[in-house]
Amino acid sequence: MATVIVRIPTPLRPFAAGRAELEAEGATAAEVLACLGQIYPDMLARVLDADGAPRAFVNIFVGRDRLRDKAALAAPLPPASVISIVPAVAGGHDGRQRSPAG
Amino acid sequence: MGAKDRRLAELHAAIAELSPAEALALQAQGAALLDVREADEVEQGSPQGALRITRGFLELKVEDALPDPERPVVALCAGGTRSLFAAETLRGLGYRHVYSMRGGFNRWKNEGLPFELPPRLDADARARYARHLLMPEVGEAGQLKLLASKVLLVGAGGLGSPAAFYLAAAGVGRIGLVDHDVVDRSNLQRQILHTDARLGMPKVESARRSLLDLNPSVDVRTYQTRLDSSNVESLFAGYDLIVDGSDNFPTRYLVNDACVKLGLPCVHGAVYRFEGQASVFWPRYPGRRGPCYRCLFPQPPPPELAPSCAEAGVLGVLPGVIGLLEAIEALKLLLGVGDPLVGRLLCYDGLAQRFTEFAVPPDRHCKWCAEGARFPGYVDYEQFCSAAA
Repeated sequence: MATVIVRIPTPLRPFAAGRAELEAEGATAAEVLACLGQIYPDMLARVLDADGAPRAFVNIFVGRDRLRDKAALAAPLPPASVISIVPAVAGGHDGRQRSPAG
Repeated sequence: MGAKDRRLAELHAAIAELSPAEALALQAQGAALLDVREADEVEQGSPQGALRITRGFLELKVEDALPDPERPVVALCAGGTRSLFAAETLRGLGYRHVYSMRGGFNRWKNEGLPFELPPRLDADARARYARHLLMPEVGEAGQLKLLASKVLLVGAGGLGSPAAFYLAAAGVGRIGLVDHDVVDRSNLQRQILHTDARLGMPKVESARRSLLDLNPSVDVRTYQTRLDSSNVESLFAGYDLIVDGSDNFPTRYLVNDACVKLGLPCVHGAVYRFEGQASVFWPRYPGRRGPCYRCLFPQPPPPELAPSCAEAGVLGVLPGVIGLLEAIEALKLLLGVGDPLVGRLLCYDGLAQRFTEFAVPPDRHCKWCAEGARFPGYVDYEQFCSAAA
């Protein structure tokens, strides 16, 4: 079974021991993520919903291609795959006050 | 008969000639009018909608301006002589339906046909934009396009500062700024439009001053208001594209939904600590069918799954990188050059110093932008402290 690199975005690193990259084994993205979820369940909960599908505000890419749904997550991974997790980022708000722009 | 007269007689016999009224009628049916006079002549007026290439540059430039050799072309000059030579050149280049306009622009004007004074850069603009004028991708025509362009920036903060600065420097004719906030000292680590002396001033006013200091010819419009579903369409109306430099999910989805509804390109940027994202969301991009923001992220995260405010933060220079990527995308779209980030999400990691590009095809089932989708209406998401920087 192949070892796959998973890139963790900054907002999820607090739930992945602060790591920017993790390695996990699996023949599909679903297996890789499940493997990580055993160690970092809070991170996985922010990536997949209870049904195992990508959440509406998170994207999972293999290479540059997007895995949109459960079926895509269950597809065999190409050799030497890198999985990237890309969440929606609002950006800019400093938490000081409610702010629509800036 | 001298050599010149003999040659002209041959051309009169060989080239079909049209009166100005006939040329105008042919133009209305899709033919190109090609004014081959010199720049100082064109400055005094040229038929409306005519292409203008001086005879000296005709062979070099006409293919770019008229790629279809089947399209009828009517060459014109001042009196109808040089246009005969130009028409013969066009035939030699493979244009199959070529005419020369009898009597030239002088007769066109005397007959009261519509003409325009082509816009030109004045001496100040020529000096200011000299480095643009040297570039084939911009040149005088491109610079005139920028000067006639209207860009609205949502947010005069971290992303909006660098984007607005460079768009103003580049000569974008009108720059609108929407931001309800005032300048706070904590902004100055990254929001470089503002200054320490302007603490407490509305950000849009501070931004206006900085932009006009840099380029007084820009028409800066300021909207010190909170963008919401009741004002978004009236604020966006009349602008060519929107640069999203907002900092919260409700505004981002509002900007996206309004851009989809109005058919406007949305140049997107977002930052978090050392990371940023940039893309162009424009389903109606003529080059290829693009996605909207909701194709990528159908819904914002609920508050309990968004990073907390305590985790917020951004390296001050990071929105500089992403805001400038937004400015480049905006200029490319305005000029119609290059390959925009439509259908591509560019992610930047400053710690790894790495750009990664992801493919973002449109979602065929997107409720907002799919073919035939009826606009579902604006959504007022609950405001919460969001994934922020």
